[in-house]
Amino acid sequence: MKPDSVALYRKMLTCRRVEEAIAGLWYEGRISGEMHLGIGEEGINAGVLDHLGDGDAVALDHRGTAGMVLRGVDPAAIVKECMGSVDGLCCGNGGHMHLFSKQHLAASSGIVGAAGPAACGFALAAQQLRPGTVAVAFFGEGAMNQGMLMEAMNLATAWDLPVLFVCRDNGMAITTASASVTGGDLQMRARGLGVSGRSVDGADAEMVWRVAGELIDRARRGRGPAFLRATCTRPEGHFLGDPLVRMARSPLAQLKPRLGPLVAAARSAEGAPMAQRVASLGKITSMLGRAVRTELGPAHDPVRRLRKRLTITSEALVKLEHEVEGIVKDAVDKALTSETANEKESSRCGK
Amino acid sequence: MREMTYAQAIEDALAQAMTSDERVVIFGEDVQALRMNLFARFGKHRVRQTPISESAFLGAAVAAAMAGLRPVAELIMIDFVAVAADALINHAAKIEAFSGGRWQVPMVVRAGCGGGYGDGGQHEQALWGWLAHIPGIKVVAPSTPADAGGLLTAAIADDGPVVFLEHQLLSEDWLDYLGSGGRSTVSYDIPVGGRQGEVPDRWVPIKFGEAAVRRRGSDLTMAGVGVGIHRAAEAAEVLSREGISASVLDLRSVAPLDCNTVAGDVARTGRLLVVDEDYRDFGLSGELAATLLEAGLTARYARVAVEGTIPFDPVRERAALPNIERITAAARNLMK
Ligand SMILES: Cc1ncc(C[n+]2csc(CCOP(=O)(O)OP(=O)(O)O)c2C)c(N)n1
Repeated sequence: MKPDSVALYRKMLTCRRVEEAIAGLWYEGRISGEMHLGIGEEGINAGVLDHLGDGDAVALDHRGTAGMVLRGVDPAAIVKECMGSVDGLCCGNGGHMHLFSKQHLAASSGIVGAAGPAACGFALAAQQLRPGTVAVAFFGEGAMNQGMLMEAMNLATAWDLPVLFVCRDNGMAITTASASVTGGDLQMRARGLGVSGRSVDGADAEMVWRVAGELIDRARRGRGPAFLRATCTRPEGHFLGDPLVRMARSPLAQLKPRLGPLVAAARSAEGAPMAQRVASLGKITSMLGRAVRTELGPAHDPVRRLRKRLTITSEALVKLEHEVEGIVKDAVDKALTSETANEKESSRCGK
Repeated sequence: MREMTYAQAIEDALAQAMTSDERVVIFGEDVQALRMNLFARFGKHRVRQTPISESAFLGAAVAAAMAGLRPVAELIMIDFVAVAADALINHAAKIEAFSGGRWQVPMVVRAGCGGGYGDGGQHEQALWGWLAHIPGIKVVAPSTPADAGGLLTAAIADDGPVVFLEHQLLSEDWLDYLGSGGRSTVSYDIPVGGRQGEVPDRWVPIKFGEAAVRRRGSDLTMAGVGVGIHRAAEAAEVLSREGISASVLDLRSVAPLDCNTVAGDVARTGRLLVVDEDYRDFGLSGELAATLLEAGLTARYARVAVEGTIPFDPVRERAALPNIERITAAARNLMK
């Protein structure tokens, strides 16, 4: 099997541009609350979801914007939902962590690990109602420690469900290095629950596409669940405005005010033995160090990597990129227009 | 007296508890970053990072407490307690009763709660009524820095499980983390007295089940906790200009509930308006109505509470949460 790399690139670029646009709107204050984006994960999202069709289902986590785009949900509806518009994907009720499209059998959740059981349920319905269709769960490596996700893997084995568990492994769960709180090896863990799988470099979209294709194909043919672990790098930390990234990037404004209390605490009369306090400070420093380093270098950027490998003319590439930008700009324009309309609307409704 | 923010008060009270009692340990996701100062001071054994395994670490907190520690287990947000509800509902709450009163579970579950910063209905529930429903669990929801520190001190000293709910709109740390993310392009309607205020030089426990009378009035009693009570106080100010005089009772703890103070005040005013950021049905507001009936009072009653899933859209979120317009309208209606 070989992907249509140009089409794959187009999809990945669309996700990137949509999420960049959402980031812009968030910084402008047009989107409230947290904002978790999948920039840096396009290779995994597109490489997997390119294999889904009508009747297939997907369970997303708190980072589900790109997944929705890739399942064919109108980007304008997604952007509007992020902004809370009444004409957004979920009427502005859900927000970016709670995106739902019944038509696409695509559901997300802000509860870490919830995608596991959800995918099992989708897969059960697939098995009984739509043989040949599958369900996919997306989650981070941090979620692998959530009980319900491990239980879901076992359930998928016990019921022989057509489900693919996709773990996007960036090594970090918010500020916690996942390795420091995870026992054993994730592949072995999945295998221990009866779910065999593969590990791939998530920045290599074509590789993700090939491996995911095999695993999904197996599941479609009734050969049970599979696990795909794909590594990735995310440039913006956990969410936009990630405090560690802020501190690392603008130490004067963000870190300095915290240093006084931190040093005072470390030097307080009562507390742990000095060696432990020094160790704590060392760990905090390395946490910040890691936050400085998370930029998306060319080797880790799935979009740039695939672009380099395309064998189309540069005119065709420019045209494609221009089209994608047009689509995204159109979506944002629509969202901004509806924002103005909504402002009038809500000033009237204010119950 | 010292001046502190809500978040500083909580951290300061925790530090005091940790210095005076070696058995106090903190654990939860990301605590070494979120509680950086405590981590720097007390080290990795007492400020312990957990995997995202709420059912395991909350369950472990229960037994660690039974075996002599005094854990403060952090859930980030109370919404996530649903993942680990068994530890709290079937274990922490029941061990003392099951053991014939011979075995206690001195643990604190610390979690953010409450909305007003636009994060959607899975990240800003109040849930205090739902938790208080279970016998054996105490639930506190402070609305000022002084109460936050004092109630946390009491929670840690308490011999049973206590859920300590800190409001995400009052804590500048949570609000920065979850809401603004360092942006200057967003703003929030934060009650001033909740965010910052005077606190004692040394923390002393505040007894649970004792409401604080924030304002004494003659026409109407308003009761609630958290940000809701600040909204009620703002509403009382507006109402007083219209000639309506309202009491404002900050219950501070939902379980135990200070029924006497509420009943006593309503006996004078003849009207109760409950302001609750938690769900309307089967919760604090209904419980307070039962309190009046049980006390043999006939009073006029109304409630301003959350009637459905909190919408993400900040405009509708504001409409769904108790706000000054809804409170004043309900109060005027009671006066008719
Ligand atoms: C049950 C539950 N616990 C905690 C959280 C808070 N939380 C949100 S995202 C996150 C980290 C998730 O890490 P990972 O699964 O690796 O995904 P990533 O965010 O890195 O994509 C945490 C702890 C939550 N949303 N739900």
